[in-house]
Amino acid sequence: MLIAAILVLAAGTYAIRLGGVVLRDRIELSDPLQRLLPMAAAALLAALAGTAALMAGSEFAGVARPAGVLVGAVLAWRRAPFVVVVIAAAAVAALLRLAGVP
Amino acid sequence: MGALAAATLAVGASFGAIAIAYGLPVWAPLVMSVFVFAGGSQFLAAGLLAVGNPIAAVFAGLLLNARHFPFGLAVADSVGVRWRDRLIGSHIMTDETVAFALAESDPAQRRRVYWTVGATLFVTWNTGTVLGVLLGGATGDPNALGLDAAFPAGLIALLLPSLRDRDTRRVALAGAVIAVLLTPVLPAGLPVLCALLGLLVLFRPRGRRPAATPEPAAVAEPAAVAEPAAVAEPAAVAEPAAVAEPAAAAWSAAVAQSAAAKFPVEETRC
Repeated sequence: MLIAAILVLAAGTYAIRLGGVVLRDRIELSDPLQRLLPMAAAALLAALAGTAALMAGSEFAGVARPAGVLVGAVLAWRRAPFVVVVIAAAAVAALLRLAGVP
Repeated sequence: MGALAAATLAVGASFGAIAIAYGLPVWAPLVMSVFVFAGGSQFLAAGLLAVGNPIAAVFAGLLLNARHFPFGLAVADSVGVRWRDRLIGSHIMTDETVAFALAESDPAQRRRVYWTVGATLFVTWNTGTVLGVLLGGATGDPNALGLDAAFPAGLIALLLPSLRDRDTRRVALAGAVIAVLLTPVLPAGLPVLCALLGLLVLFRPRGRRPAATPEPAAVAEPAAVAEPAAVAEPAAVAEPAAVAEPAAAAWSAAVAQSAAAKFPVEETRC
């Protein structure tokens, strides 16, 4: 099932890419759609970030993880490099857990 | 270019390590990086696969990658006209390849940049993923290392540049709140798809209420529930035929129409 999902995603993504290249002269995307697609993408990514930051299964994830994510988010907002964001978030969560915070 | 390659290596390594930390088998991130080769959707799909919802992973990943369709229209000349070039060149299309190529004005130079950047990123992304998998596999309890916090933080870092646009920010915030609120009551994976309801904030006239709190109203929006189910399917997302004529309509009306045409599945499901 896992391999099937990955391969369908891969094939679909490839079809989307090739489709644009091949259909180039025959198609014009409407402005609303061009604008809506990135917004839909942003909503999905934000939702995944939000649920992954706050929830563990169907319960709240405690304190350490959201705190780590918050530190990472602030760093990202201050335009820190991606690696710094990721490592800082992990480090804060790990240190809080080490100190006994759930 | 060197900085871009280094950054891609690092993000690829993060992806590999996080996928392993989330309990996916070793081959999964490696196969994804070679055959999907689209960073954002790989993170998204890995997160949804990890909670056991492969259908949501495929759907959300494809929706995220739908932007490659207009990309393809834009860089078709740079990719090439021969079928061999099209078949290979399409696969190395990413946000960065397109951005770098379109920054060049000379067609020959544009073509060279497209292929150079694309090939470089393909190699560094996959190298990074392998390094990350080795790194992630070497660690013990991922939570003790805080890797569960690294994943959402990385997503936020990837997402932030697009949030500079006000409407995108409102949609994304609304989507995130909807997903978090629905997580306790819906099966894994569905809340993230329901975040598409965040697009409903575009229906609202601007400035009627603070941008930070449009979510509950958007969820309760009766128009969405009463919307007659159109026949559009996920595959039709990039299909221009599904979009209403925007010419005469006001902007918000056009958005409303295309949104209603494209997302009936989620609306009824939620």
